[in-house]
Amino acid sequence: MLDSVIFYFFAGIAVISAALMITRRNAIHSAVFLITTLLATAGIFLQLRAEFLFISQIILYVGGIMVLFIFVIMLVRLDVPLPQIRSRTRKWIALLVALAVGVEAGVVIFLARKAPGQGLLIPDPAPADKLPPNTEELANSLFRTYLLPFEVASVLLLVAMVGAVVMAKKRTDAP
Amino acid sequence: MNPTLHSILAFVETWWVELLCAVLIVLVVPLIAGYIVLVERKVMADMQARLGPMRVGPHGLLQPIADALKLLIKEDLIPHNADQFIFWLAPVLSMTAALTSMGAVAFGPWFQVARDINIGLLFVVGVSALGPFGIVLGGWASNNHYSIIGALRSTAQLISYETTAGFALVSGFLLAGTLNVRAIVETQRTDHAWYVFLAPVGFFTYLIASIAETNRAPFDLPEAESELVAGYMTEYSGFRWSLYFLAEYANMIVVASVGTTLFLGGWLRPFSSVHWLGWLDAAPTLLLAAVGAYCVFRAGKQPSRVQSLFMWAVAFACFVVAAIFALASPFSHLPLEKMHDGLYGAFWFLLKDSAYIYIFMWLRFTLPRFRFDQLMRLGWHILIPLALINVVDVGVALALSSEFGLNRWLAMVVTTAATLGAATLLLRWNDKYSAAASASLLADSSVVEDPHAG
Repeated sequence: MLDSVIFYFFAGIAVISAALMITRRNAIHSAVFLITTLLATAGIFLQLRAEFLFISQIILYVGGIMVLFIFVIMLVRLDVPLPQIRSRTRKWIALLVALAVGVEAGVVIFLARKAPGQGLLIPDPAPADKLPPNTEELANSLFRTYLLPFEVASVLLLVAMVGAVVMAKKRTDAP
Repeated sequence: MNPTLHSILAFVETWWVELLCAVLIVLVVPLIAGYIVLVERKVMADMQARLGPMRVGPHGLLQPIADALKLLIKEDLIPHNADQFIFWLAPVLSMTAALTSMGAVAFGPWFQVARDINIGLLFVVGVSALGPFGIVLGGWASNNHYSIIGALRSTAQLISYETTAGFALVSGFLLAGTLNVRAIVETQRTDHAWYVFLAPVGFFTYLIASIAETNRAPFDLPEAESELVAGYMTEYSGFRWSLYFLAEYANMIVVASVGTTLFLGGWLRPFSSVHWLGWLDAAPTLLLAAVGAYCVFRAGKQPSRVQSLFMWAVAFACFVVAAIFALASPFSHLPLEKMHDGLYGAFWFLLKDSAYIYIFMWLRFTLPRFRFDQLMRLGWHILIPLALINVVDVGVALALSSEFGLNRWLAMVVTTAATLGAATLLLRWNDKYSAAASASLLADSSVVEDPHAG
């Protein structure tokens, strides 16, 4: 009972502020609503007893990436509307993509409710007070079970980062 | 009985300690912040050979209350061209983040709102990292050049020093093997060492990064008054301004508490496992009694009767608290075990917190402000590499002591020496690099502006 109240509370905030984020004209307002969406998603993680995901969402996305977003937005002229917003064909493409995603989500939901045991698999949830410590579980799977994929992914990110630095440096060095 | 009321009562009955702690934090932290300001002014005055505030109450003891009243009745201005909603939201955001993050701090074995959450200190660090949004958004919403430059500086500074603070905390977490606040303090008891001695480099980098994160001098570029009027809070006045001010001081308490918990043994007494030093438990009583005696001594020298009466009242309060400490002490042999743990734990924790905050003040009145490029160079060229090397070295030391049975202290001494050696190399390389960089800057006179300066 309490769990579902908390879930619908955070989910409602997330959906409403996501919609507001898209519809705002002012980029900083959009950023504020994006922060709200991310915080509400973090709240859903907490409701699912994934406290480590909750805090990494806050530290990485809200505390790190969003700060950078706002940093960039503040340096950009906001009062010049982008030509893409005006374009007609782009609106049709956007509608098409939105419809496709909507149909996909609807099919998944429909398949999931067909019958118990069929469709999407939802494993038995463990009782809330019997869950193993989240951080340790995550560390075990990242650094023991899936060590190689994890390291490959981090090397990939490092390469991307070095690449970005190299490209940016070339542009500023040019006379 | 009404079932809703019944469930509320049951909730209160189960969680009354936590609820009480939460209410106390919200009520008392603004007051404490005000008194930290008074202490800061007194410390500054002492370092500059002055007296500081002396008029409002004896020795300026009522100055914070007078200041708060003044701020409350000041006119509340919102500039016409400001973004009204965000201008309103920003200081609230700063204050909320600072107060929420205090929820997981253990101010003593019994004084903690969120007990036994697994992510513990990470929660404190993560939620307090939301506070700078208040600074950034407030600076943007003011629609003022000084404000936005302050906000940009603050963002850049935060991103640079948060990384250092994170790595410094990781070196402590590695030693503790947990993120849980209580477990961290308890492992420091069983390890017979505060982690400041096992990972001195980690503590040092955290100290510097925490000063930078709270925007305190010498890192107070976002509000540098000689360059930016008041930086991000130029347009704020009255109560909104005081919210920013409170948030800054609440953040100081938060970072000091994180440092205290992880590196200075939290609420543990110094040498908590050494029996013949048990007389240290008398320290709280003696300290408070000494403060009370000083107040009695000064009471007769006050200029007016009201002030000397006030001094007597302060002395009386000190004696009462000293008596409570004496009753709860292990020497009194009263059945007050829990009360003893809570009171003495809170005393040691607050003492260490105050020492940490005193270092902030000391540095503020000793060091001149950094230039922005110096700030960036210190962060990215020195502190982040140093913190990274330290994490690796602490990991190696732990592996050496657990896999090969090497003495933990020996391993730590060796790796700290290695870290310091690496730091020396780093500094020499950096000096060479910066000398070359400034030479090329001088040669190329077209480069005048620093790209980070906003």
